[in-house]
Amino acid sequence: MNDQAQLLPGTLDLLILKAVSLGPLHGYGILLRIGQISGNALLVEQGALYPGLFRLVRQGLLKANWGVSENNRRAKFYELTAAGRRRLREETDSWNRLAAAIATALSQQPEEA
Amino acid sequence: MKLPDPLPFASLRFRIATLFQRSRMNAEMEEELRSHIQHRADDLERSGIGRAQAERRARIEFGGREKYKEECHQAAGGNSIEILLQDVRYSARQLRKSPGFTIAAVLTLALAIGANAVVFAVLNGLFLRPLKVPHGESLYAIQRGNDTYIIQSYPDYIDLRDRNRSFESLAAYTIVQAGLDTGKDPSHVWLYGVSGNYFDALGIQPYAGRFIHSSDEQGPNSAPYIVLTYGYWHSHFQGDRSVIGSVVRLNKHPFTILGVTPPEFHGTLLFFSPDFFVPLVNQQQLVAWADLNARGTRWVFEVLGHLKPGVTPAQAKADLDSVGAYLHQAYPKEDDQASFSLVRPGLHGDFFAPAMRAFLAGLMLLAGLILLAACANLGSLFAARASDRGREVALRLALGSSRIRILRQLLTEAILISLAGGAAGLLGSIALLHRLSGWQPFPQFPMNIPVSPDASVYLVALGLALVSGFLFGIVPVRQVFRTNPYEIVKAGSSARLVRRITVRDILLVAQIAICAVLVTSSLVAVRGLARSMRSKLGFEPKNVLLVDTDLSMAGYTEDRAAAMQRRIVDAVGAIPGVSAVGLVDTPPLHMGWGVSNVFTDQTTDLRPANAAAQAVTYKISPEYFQAARTTLLAGRNLSLHDDKDAPRVAVVNREFAGKILGSATNALGKHYKMPDGTRIEVVGLVEDGKYTANLAEAPQPAMFLPILQFPASETALVLRSNRDPEQLVAAIRRTLRDLDAGLPAFIQTWDEEMNGALFAARTATVSLGILGMMGAMLSITGIFGMAAYSVSKRLRELGIRIALGAKRTEVLQAALGRPVKLLAFGSAAGLVLGVLASQVLASIVYLATPRDPLVLGGVVLAMALLGLLATWIPAQRALSIDPLILLREE
Repeated sequence: MNDQAQLLPGTLDLLILKAVSLGPLHGYGILLRIGQISGNALLVEQGALYPGLFRLVRQGLLKANWGVSENNRRAKFYELTAAGRRRLREETDSWNRLAAAIATALSQQPEEA
Repeated sequence: MKLPDPLPFASLRFRIATLFQRSRMNAEMEEELRSHIQHRADDLERSGIGRAQAERRARIEFGGREKYKEECHQAAGGNSIEILLQDVRYSARQLRKSPGFTIAAVLTLALAIGANAVVFAVLNGLFLRPLKVPHGESLYAIQRGNDTYIIQSYPDYIDLRDRNRSFESLAAYTIVQAGLDTGKDPSHVWLYGVSGNYFDALGIQPYAGRFIHSSDEQGPNSAPYIVLTYGYWHSHFQGDRSVIGSVVRLNKHPFTILGVTPPEFHGTLLFFSPDFFVPLVNQQQLVAWADLNARGTRWVFEVLGHLKPGVTPAQAKADLDSVGAYLHQAYPKEDDQASFSLVRPGLHGDFFAPAMRAFLAGLMLLAGLILLAACANLGSLFAARASDRGREVALRLALGSSRIRILRQLLTEAILISLAGGAAGLLGSIALLHRLSGWQPFPQFPMNIPVSPDASVYLVALGLALVSGFLFGIVPVRQVFRTNPYEIVKAGSSARLVRRITVRDILLVAQIAICAVLVTSSLVAVRGLARSMRSKLGFEPKNVLLVDTDLSMAGYTEDRAAAMQRRIVDAVGAIPGVSAVGLVDTPPLHMGWGVSNVFTDQTTDLRPANAAAQAVTYKISPEYFQAARTTLLAGRNLSLHDDKDAPRVAVVNREFAGKILGSATNALGKHYKMPDGTRIEVVGLVEDGKYTANLAEAPQPAMFLPILQFPASETALVLRSNRDPEQLVAAIRRTLRDLDAGLPAFIQTWDEEMNGALFAARTATVSLGILGMMGAMLSITGIFGMAAYSVSKRLRELGIRIALGAKRTEVLQAALGRPVKLLAFGSAAGLVLGVLASQVLASIVYLATPRDPLVLGGVVLAMALLGLLATWIPAQRALSIDPLILLREE
């Protein structure tokens, strides 16, 4: 478990949007998908996923429908709305800019005084 | 990463929907989380462990399900309303835990808010709300600007009506009394004489039958019609529609009943509701003075109308002024240079409105102060509660609750109390206002006090409740923000001795000062009233009956009236027990009084501007002075020989003699002139007295004319008796019936009659007394709360003092020194303020002066008593401390 990184605050929403953008998923499926696309490098507490899902539904970025899962169980499936898709694009861009900026900042070598 | 809500409204709807669908949502959420755990368990099972084991592990991995569900709820937005509900539930639980505090707080607020609601409703009903007629806001009455006199003559009214271009239609009305004969007992009625266009100008529709219209007016006495008010129709004709069209007799003249007004219409004068309406053109059949042609005789009570759309009051005033200029030019003898002003209808112009408005505004201010005092009171209670709950607050803070959340909850508690108090106060005030609306303080005078509460009163009460809840709710805010959880939990209940001045102290001083102001002003008013009751009236109302009769109601003409009046005086004077009987047209301090311009003997141009003075006029029979016990200072009394054939004479008072005749000493034998040129010789001089319906009046010139020379058909018999006058009422009625069975008479004692004159002062005193008592109660609870709190906080310290051998006085001083000091300080401040504020009272309550040792002593005594009362129980508690028990417990 030690090789897994803690999520930065606010990044869970972005990960959820990304996971769902690849196709409708239920909650557990989203968790698995995040693990899969991040190479199991990110730690998401299982329960903590759900407040995020409810928040995104309220903001109109996700919509949810009950359906039947591959395990033949009833489950709530989430998918992106148009607003969610737009949001994902914007957030991805701004994240990339931020990450690049931080990476640049951190890659500077200390100057000799 | 949080987005703003795309559509606030949709989001709100969503929140409300989530609120009401909470149970459904709960079930769905539960199912979703269970589904998650099942899926996880499926995966774990696949890795080779048993199903039961897999499900257990899945549940553990998932974590605190309830916590996440709560977070989901918040994320879904059910949040703020839900937190509010939680706060309300929690607050209600907290308040239920201390019922004494809750009840005291709610009652305090109920009284304070109730008082405010009542005063505001009266202010609203009399001054803020337009008359209850269609488009009442554009209705104005016309007042002569130069003498703020609203009464006009009939020809002037006609000119104003026809020559102005600003009003849609100018209507007029006057108030008269008459005798109504429907075939049964004759009864005394009050009615409006109205112009033909009255109902049409106001836009009132008949409830039954039809109204009078302009087309009915065809010269004097051409429209013998009656329109009944709904109330009179119900009380006297049982709401029978068949009376419409029937003929009744008013002062023996036949009148036809045309219709009935709607129930909500009570005429256009606040305070007074007539029994029915009769055309102005027929007034002379009812009262001799209602002359339709005399431009100099002003008797049309009020002229009013709706402004045309788009015309401003200023434009209308300019328009009326030009009519006034025309009138002055055309009739210089009768009409002074007149400018006009527009006033609110219903209060008789500016005649008594300013004093009433000032008084009500003063009351409103005092009621506001009461509410402030109540807020200060509750604020300090809340602060005390908050510091007692310091431990609880600290615990909650330590457990991660936000300060905002705690404050929100405290404020919810305050608002809950204030809303409960506001609701209770409003209910009480509605009941009180309802009784006030139906109040009839004068038996012979139909009152209509339109103070029933309306939406604005409810709004004001709600607003006051919220504001005051907020006010006393924020008092503990600083305390909560300063709370350092670790220190309090460590130190136990704060036993620090706070020696500096706290917010609570300031609040208590302010509150006591406000209460002392109220106590001072109510004492000033009570003293003033008591003194004015004993002031010199110029007559002696004890043991006197007044018998009001109007011979014109029984159809007497002027010449027959004089003989009849003599017969009545003789017959009533012969009743055993009657010591003196006299006649007067209107007794002093009656609601109505006659005034006339008088001129010096040298004046030849008798226009109003040249008058030497306005004198109150009485028409009396010779026995009046004896019956009223008015002292004759010099000269002779009037006699029965001063009749139509004799030279005109009068008895005047000292003020008259000094003002018009030069001096009181050589007034006898001098002459003065009436507006019609009549020369009158002064034959006697009497003491000054009180004449108009206001004990606070300045000395007024008055003249007493022989009723034989200046006839009046409406008179009061002044009947002095040497036994209880009430026993004579039956004998008087019998005697009058023997003389004329068709003559209505109204009998009451002079003391009762004086209620009218004392009405303003009494009402002022009673309302101030009530506010003063409320102030006193508030200061008791305030001091009590403070003293009790200070004793309970320091029980342990006091116990130690006692154990170490402190004397009783020392214990008391330690426990109560501070509250008593605050009390003294607040009272002194309040006394000074109260003395300043009471200057205003002097204009309403005659002889009210705060510079009165009795008042000052009374205030000090009252506040001391209040302090004693309020600190009694805490003092007992401090003295009865048993150090052993106390030390063992802690």
